[in-house]
Amino acid sequence: MINEALSEGTSFLHNFDPRLKILVALTYSVTVALLTSFTLLVVSMAFSMVLIFWARLPLSGVLRRLLIVNGFVFFLWLVLPFSYDGMEFFAVGPLVATYPGIYQALRITLKSNAIILCLIALLSTSPTFMLVHALHHMKVPSKLVQLFFFTYRYIHVIYTEFTRLNTAMKIRGFAPGTDLHTYRTYAYLVGMLLVRSYERSRRIYSSMLCRGFNGTFHTLYHFESRPRELVSAAVMTTIVLLIAIGQWLPPGKIVLF
Amino acid sequence: MHISEGILSAPVLLTGATLTVIGTGIGLKKTDYEKVPEVAVLSSVFFVASLIHVPLGPTSVHLILNGLLGLLLGWSAFPAILVALFLQAILFQFGGLTTLGVNTINMALPAVACYFAFGKAVTSEKNWAVIGGAFCCGFLSVGLSGLLVALSLLFTGQSFLNVARLILLAHLPVMIIEGVITVFVVKFLKKVKPEILEVANAAN
Repeated sequence: MINEALSEGTSFLHNFDPRLKILVALTYSVTVALLTSFTLLVVSMAFSMVLIFWARLPLSGVLRRLLIVNGFVFFLWLVLPFSYDGMEFFAVGPLVATYPGIYQALRITLKSNAIILCLIALLSTSPTFMLVHALHHMKVPSKLVQLFFFTYRYIHVIYTEFTRLNTAMKIRGFAPGTDLHTYRTYAYLVGMLLVRSYERSRRIYSSMLCRGFNGTFHTLYHFESRPRELVSAAVMTTIVLLIAIGQWLPPGKIVLF
Repeated sequence: MHISEGILSAPVLLTGATLTVIGTGIGLKKTDYEKVPEVAVLSSVFFVASLIHVPLGPTSVHLILNGLLGLLLGWSAFPAILVALFLQAILFQFGGLTTLGVNTINMALPAVACYFAFGKAVTSEKNWAVIGGAFCCGFLSVGLSGLLVALSLLFTGQSFLNVARLILLAHLPVMIIEGVITVFVVKFLKKVKPEILEVANAAN
């Protein structure tokens, strides 16, 4: 179910210190989310694409992911162009698509995809366990980090359990439809998952106690940033800062962009 | 429904993030180490349930079950939902980092509200109270989530009015399905393992 194929690479970004990657991804996402200038959005989009090429990710995989994630944006394209007053672009019956509407939809599409591409390039290039591990070193509350570890670990277990129950249902001739029987069956499936998970969580905690768990997680692996990584992270942050400065300078003052 | 990156305005994102930090703080405080595995495993069930598609006429909808999660976890539903959404954001890029706060509050606030509103009813002995409470819990938690999503968009800009209306409309059938499914799940749990429903009451 969970495909982490993008994290299996050998590029520089794959081997990058995950702590730095999380920091850069966060600053960049927040900055781009606040941008309003169209030019700067195009610049950000270009920067995100550079990151994707830098990570040497398979383009087909990246595109497939983008297509799935853009569901909400596609939906906005169906509505937003018709929600603004302004010069007519085209009309379908009583619905009039205007230039400002299309411009707005385009802006959201650029913004959304610039951020998503950066997240793919920076975060999907590390295995999830590494990222959570990095969060631990970044002083995220320990209970929350433990929740991340356990949840990620048990998603796989529970998904396997779900497929097993689902297969058993199919073998017994279950065909889903829009009726009460279907809803009841799925509810019992969820109920069964909950009961088994609850019992499992008791066993997990007992076995943790047996191994001497006292509330702390000991980590054996420690991250170290190589000088090259620090420099690259500084360069990326500078670019993000330049984009931010470009946004908040009064218009007309931007020579560089 | 997750709101993707790059749509909401700064004040909305900031409000969402602040409220989520507060809610998660309370949730973590009320979750002692003994309960961490339980919250995590239920958070995984929540994650997996969102991959179960139930048919609805010619299309299908996926389960949300935030109301049920609220019933089972109380305040701990906050960190549980945050974790599930964070994992969806880094694994599939559903939702995102900047929208994590807003998306968490949109799902978790109705969950906790439903816990306080119907937590007593579903553990009672009376059959009608259990059925009524569970249905309202599933129905209203999804409805409130839809409303919060619509409001997040409206506070971003009036131009999202049509989008917000469509989202509310799309939530109506899901509300009914979630209500029905929550009733069946609660009835099932009461028959098979009633203590699951009672642990949240004890903890909060």
